[in-house]
Amino acid sequence: MTDLDQLESQSVYILREAFNRIDRLAALWSIGKDSNVLLWLARKAFFGKVPFPVVQLDTGMELPEVYEFRDMVTRDWGLDLVIEQCPPESEMDPTLPPATRAAARKTEGLKNLLRREQYQGIMVGIRRDEQATRAKERVFSPRALDGAWDFKDQPAEFWDHYKTRFAEGTHVRIHPLLHWTELDIWRYSKREEIPIVPLYFAREGKRYRSLGEKNITFPVDSSAASIDEIISELEVTRTPERAGRSMDNETEDAFERLRSSGYM
Amino acid sequence: MSPLIPASQRRQARIVIVGHVDHGKSTLIGRLLNDTGSLPDGKVEAVREMSRRRGMPFEWSFVMDALQAERDQGITIDTTQIHFKTERRPYVIIDAPGHTEFLKNMVTGASSADAALLVIDAGEGALEQSRRHAYLLHLLGVKQVAVIVNKMDMVDFSQARFDHVAAEIRAYLNGIGVAPGVILPVSARHGDNIASRSGNLAWYDGPTVIEALDGFLPAAPEDELPLRLPIQDVYKPDERRILAGRIETGRLRVGDTLHFAPNNRTAKVVGIEAWNAAPAISAAAGQSVGITLDQRIFVERGHIASLPAERPVEAHRLTVRLFWLASKPLETGRAYTLKLATAEHRVTVEKIVEVVDIDDLGVAAADRVGRNEIANVVLHSRSLVAVDLAIDLPRTGRGVLLDGHDVVGGFIVTGADAVAERNLQRVEHAVSPDERALSNGHRGAVLWLTGLSGAGKSTLAMGLERTLFERGRQVYVLDGDGVRQGLNGDLGFSPADRSENIRRVAEAARLFAEAGMIVVTALISPTRQDRARARAIGGDLFHEIHVKADLDTCEQRDPKGLYRKARAGEIPEFTGVSAPYEEPQAAELVVETGRLGIEEAVGELVGYAERVTGLKYPSDAVQGRGEGI
Repeated sequence: MTDLDQLESQSVYILREAFNRIDRLAALWSIGKDSNVLLWLARKAFFGKVPFPVVQLDTGMELPEVYEFRDMVTRDWGLDLVIEQCPPESEMDPTLPPATRAAARKTEGLKNLLRREQYQGIMVGIRRDEQATRAKERVFSPRALDGAWDFKDQPAEFWDHYKTRFAEGTHVRIHPLLHWTELDIWRYSKREEIPIVPLYFAREGKRYRSLGEKNITFPVDSSAASIDEIISELEVTRTPERAGRSMDNETEDAFERLRSSGYM
Repeated sequence: MSPLIPASQRRQARIVIVGHVDHGKSTLIGRLLNDTGSLPDGKVEAVREMSRRRGMPFEWSFVMDALQAERDQGITIDTTQIHFKTERRPYVIIDAPGHTEFLKNMVTGASSADAALLVIDAGEGALEQSRRHAYLLHLLGVKQVAVIVNKMDMVDFSQARFDHVAAEIRAYLNGIGVAPGVILPVSARHGDNIASRSGNLAWYDGPTVIEALDGFLPAAPEDELPLRLPIQDVYKPDERRILAGRIETGRLRVGDTLHFAPNNRTAKVVGIEAWNAAPAISAAAGQSVGITLDQRIFVERGHIASLPAERPVEAHRLTVRLFWLASKPLETGRAYTLKLATAEHRVTVEKIVEVVDIDDLGVAAADRVGRNEIANVVLHSRSLVAVDLAIDLPRTGRGVLLDGHDVVGGFIVTGADAVAERNLQRVEHAVSPDERALSNGHRGAVLWLTGLSGAGKSTLAMGLERTLFERGRQVYVLDGDGVRQGLNGDLGFSPADRSENIRRVAEAARLFAEAGMIVVTALISPTRQDRARARAIGGDLFHEIHVKADLDTCEQRDPKGLYRKARAGEIPEFTGVSAPYEEPQAAELVVETGRLGIEEAVGELVGYAERVTGLKYPSDAVQGRGEGI
């Protein structure tokens, strides 16, 4: 087994555990490189078809290429796509810094979705190497109904025995890609020929390294115009992946505040 | 491994850093990241600026502590994982908290590690928590351990001090069966012996921390061990019926005959199924696979596939070495859900053999296991458990206990009573249990009624006997008083005699039940330990039923006038008055006679008895959540 085989196998194991143990399950799809891999792995785990709904938390602020890509992949992969319109920024906590406030719209959209659809499990394609608070995550991470993450009292994960039983009023985030790195995502996307939003490839010296809403995400300097070039770039870069995400960097704990109240 | 291979193509090693609080784990990691050029640009400056704003001196550990509360308190609360690479290969460093109250987070971090660094303060030596972490590494199956004796700058880089600490920890590790790879002196704060050698430690000629990491071997391949494929689910994506699961050990090939435990079926592998991949003819340890069989045998989640010649043990009774995480202690007689690979079983704690003293590795008898303690415990399962000893096959020889929604402990299996002798006994009989059941129209069972004197056990037992008899069932009541007039006429009322009384009734009840009868016993049986023993004797046939009424109600009823005598001091040891009644914690059924009328209570019991003794034929139906996909 190569290291990519091993990562794939572990994620498939997690997806199958989630599907077996959790009654009402959905996956979040941001249309970015990580959640594309997540859905690809679900097709591997369940022999071609993603057997649960796939949710886009839509703020209406994605770039046009993202919407175009979404519609193409939904059709080609036969996805059961649910589009959740997020509430406007004017309804967000005014004490949050501006970009953080814009990002919080997705948390509120997710809460509305959970209230309405009563999902017990939500799969999310986050990775530990993206951001320091995500490095603290569990594979199966229980949340209060309002989405709050109690990072001070997380369940034990002995070996691969995840917490899959919950009291009324809680749900669980499942993170099948937690143990992947950004580099792994690209190497796997290349190997499997997974389709990718073209915004990740450099044009005129800039590319998106982490894809988010157009008002709070910015392209970074890069000349990497193909997957191979992205891989070479990542092997030497010391620029953090989320450098182009303004909400991470507004205050010392901006992202932690977002995450502990339910952000992905 | 040649350093010429690009880093991205080399197998990653997962290293957990453990040790007592404040012995310098986070500092060591911060230092490792910095000295190998692994920190992102701007990180050190950001942390310096953050320290300045807060008026704190700069610490290397700050680059690790991600949470506001961690930075505020200067401690690591939860485990975290950081990627970095040396010239030799990429690593994931798992930082585990040292505080006792976050031990479950340490366990979470360490249970996925290939190797460990145990950090010990040169001045303080191996304190209790260092020893506990070392023990847990052993229990979790982390076999490669290097010991880092940190803060050598605080002991003037003294070789004598290092030798003393090294000898102490080596003796301890040997005591638990761990051979430390290397023991090395460092000063993480100042960078001595982290990525490069230091003049301050000129007397030391062993590896640096980076060299020690690079010296760990990749996890040994497990495909040479016997095949174990625990089934996760059954899918029907089209006309195929695919059994899905991850191969934990060994290897399987198309054409192999597989045995499924514990339901004892066999079938041949006709395909290893995959989407968007070339068809495979074999698969090995670590792979999540889907297989199709030549026969539609009954297989479901929890079953373990193996090759027929190398099957797992099948047992009702397991001896485990257990690490307890919950604040509510583990006690004899309590029931938990045991999770082993993908199977779940309801188990009762039959016996706590001993609790291990982490400091001197001594053992002591105990009737409970407290939070963060390690103990040897005997568990009894009503259903048959397919299991391996951890020493043979660690991955199918370990598991967790659940209490309600929560994981409350982890264990490795050190012993399992194979069911061979029970099968033998069945073979010796001329009539099989199935034949008896078919002839009677129901199965045998022991319905063990327990509860206070006056709770209504005998009344309910007789009502149950009458109703079942009228429905044509083979049923008999073994009443406590009746038994004492004959079978147990030689026994008095000392605790030892009461215990023996219960044991004999349990043995007699089992014989009746094996003969196909529904046996109802009505005994106070006040202690959990005695009932756990009765359950062990009865095995699958045993059902504990708590006939429950509060003491006031029972005392008002006082059908035999015993409470009155007890209150008058005429009966010295009377349950509920001068001797305790230990309520069942996981009875199969609770009948509340304080709340229900007799008719209603008997009705509940009859319903339960019919359910558990009714004939069930093994269904050949496809089971699994994946039916619809």
